[in-house]
Amino acid sequence: MSLEQELLVRPLTARVNLEAPMDIAAYEASGGYLAVRNAIRDLQPADVQAKVKDSNLRGRGGAGFPTGIKWGLVPMGPDAGTKYLVCNADEMEPNTFKDRLLMEGVPHQLIEGMLVAGYAIQATTGYIFLRGEYVKSAERLNAALAEARAAGLLGKNILGSGWSFELSVHTGAGRYICGEETALINSLEGRRANPRAKPPFPQIAGAWGRPTVVNNVESLSNLPHIINNGAEWFKGLSQGKSKDGGTKLYGCSGRVKRGGIYELPIGTSAREIIEEHAGGMRDGYTLKCWLPGGASTDFLMPEHLDLPMDFDSISKAGSRMGTGLIMAVDQTANMVSLVRNLEEFFARESCGWCTPCRDGLPWSVKMLIALEEGRGRMEDIEQLTKLTKALGPGRTFCAHAPGAMEPLQSALKFFRAEFEAGVAPAGTADADANIGLTGVVVNAKVA
Amino acid sequence: MSTPETVVKLAELTGKTQEAPFVLTDDERHEIEHEIAHYPDARAASIGALKIIQARRGWVPDGALEPVAKMLGIGAAELEGVATFYSLIYRKPVGRHVVKVCDSITCFMVGYEDIKKTLEQHLGITHGQTTADGRFTMLPICCIGACDKGPALMVDDDLHHDLTPDNVVGIVEAYK
Ligand SMILES: Cc1cc2nc3c(=O)[nH]c(=O)nc-3n(C[C@H](O)[C@H](O)[C@H](O)COP(=O)(O)O)c2cc1C
Ligand code: SF4
Repeated sequence: MSLEQELLVRPLTARVNLEAPMDIAAYEASGGYLAVRNAIRDLQPADVQAKVKDSNLRGRGGAGFPTGIKWGLVPMGPDAGTKYLVCNADEMEPNTFKDRLLMEGVPHQLIEGMLVAGYAIQATTGYIFLRGEYVKSAERLNAALAEARAAGLLGKNILGSGWSFELSVHTGAGRYICGEETALINSLEGRRANPRAKPPFPQIAGAWGRPTVVNNVESLSNLPHIINNGAEWFKGLSQGKSKDGGTKLYGCSGRVKRGGIYELPIGTSAREIIEEHAGGMRDGYTLKCWLPGGASTDFLMPEHLDLPMDFDSISKAGSRMGTGLIMAVDQTANMVSLVRNLEEFFARESCGWCTPCRDGLPWSVKMLIALEEGRGRMEDIEQLTKLTKALGPGRTFCAHAPGAMEPLQSALKFFRAEFEAGVAPAGTADADANIGLTGVVVNAKVA
Repeated sequence: MSTPETVVKLAELTGKTQEAPFVLTDDERHEIEHEIAHYPDARAASIGALKIIQARRGWVPDGALEPVAKMLGIGAAELEGVATFYSLIYRKPVGRHVVKVCDSITCFMVGYEDIKKTLEQHLGITHGQTTADGRFTMLPICCIGACDKGPALMVDDDLHHDLTPDNVVGIVEAYK
């Protein structure tokens, strides 16, 4: 297949080159920046918004919120003033490694996507909020930004349109919670990354009190292709596997033969991803269960493998597609240990703002450790079950704690026997011990 | 009322010796100013500024807070609040090289604990500690996006993956 043809089938990754990403000349020679040139010349911002809305692109940051609808809340018109577009490149969800591929492999595509989005909402300034550890992404994005600036694609009066847009990379310094979009805005402003109350939604009052759109790297990278080829083409990319449009960067990790990222029609089944693209489990290993899209999604079982991997189907099965990168769990894993590791992560990364999350997560870790070490009590299992409700949706200030409860509640549902196996026999000292609230050290800082 | 004696006692109590007063270098100042220019409000450069200090000095000494906060137009205590929130800003000295071992779920499932144990035995430290010769500090880190090639770690800015207890010692030993 020629590159031109490949771009129509797997638009996001057709140009990926991790060794030496395309410079601006190569990118433009392959049709790059045409979308933004054409949009600026031929389309009104409202037309661009309409195209993206028609395409039904759903946000690839994990929640699947339709991008066009998100933009629709942004105040428009000549008096709208300063507006911000922020790319969420904080990729820290455990088992997620897709945005890195796009930033290291084809940085100009993300910049073009941000130009399309920026033009559509008439943003005045853009930031790529990049996690600090992605040093290579930062280098490549900064090099690409310099080229785009030199080509007149950034700055004042872009391509004579009267629209001005500045774009730069903002690097973080750790902490998973920075990926939550309102915490991200606080972090961008140079504050501690505590989430903010919604409403007001960021599209109305975000960074520095101004209208702000936060979109994920993969969401933004789709935009040039939607402009080039149209909403109908985008919808057709899913080949009838889903009512959602587009391709999706799926992935697979764990003890599979060929872990990695695969760009496939959205709605491809988990079975195809694991068995064909990842080559199936390694010899001697069988699939015990799987996480569909990151640490904050519910475990699913082998019987769910034929579900289409799209937002609605995976939700119906009781989980979430999340970031769409599958973690295959093999039969050697102990579910109590896995969940203990997950809850340690969530406890450590809690921003500490609200009590159920700040205190509930370390408490869950303490009980999970007891069960893991065979000195748990039946009450611990009951208490863990209660926590999945007490820290569930609507009980905390942001979605961090509810996300933390997803793997726990599903592990309790599917693998209760493994938890019960950690209960100390009646009459032993452990069975009578009182596991209190305090005393768990979950600090990642330098001692 | 602070006699020389009380000064010594305070120093003992806080564990801090009389450091030379902290002075921002011209380079640091310029870089921070450059960073500030990217934002509508100087405060947004807080994390960037702390990273500029850390890149040169290895960590963020107490004395840096006041002059940097001044450049950002905020209080030193506010900047301290920011500095302590973020896990990659070090408020105590670290070794010449920081070994950040991914302890998130995928690496955990495929062998993180063996890697950690091997490093602990080889370096004689655990997470949060620095070797006596000041060469290495070891820290846990969130998923570094190498899940299909785990276990993974970073030494300073370099990513290493497909770790085994056999190859990990050689990998860190390359950092002098
Ligand atoms: C705790 C937490 C962490 C998150 N981390 C990320 C992240 O690293 N990257 C990301 O794109 N979205 C992340 N999100 C989702 C964002 O809040 C937001 O929904 C997303 O950036 C919107 O982009 P999209 O509409 O393009 O999907 C996180 C959400 C929560 C609650
Ligand atoms: S749920 Fe957790 S992370 Fe979210 S605001 Fe509350 S304490 Fe912070």
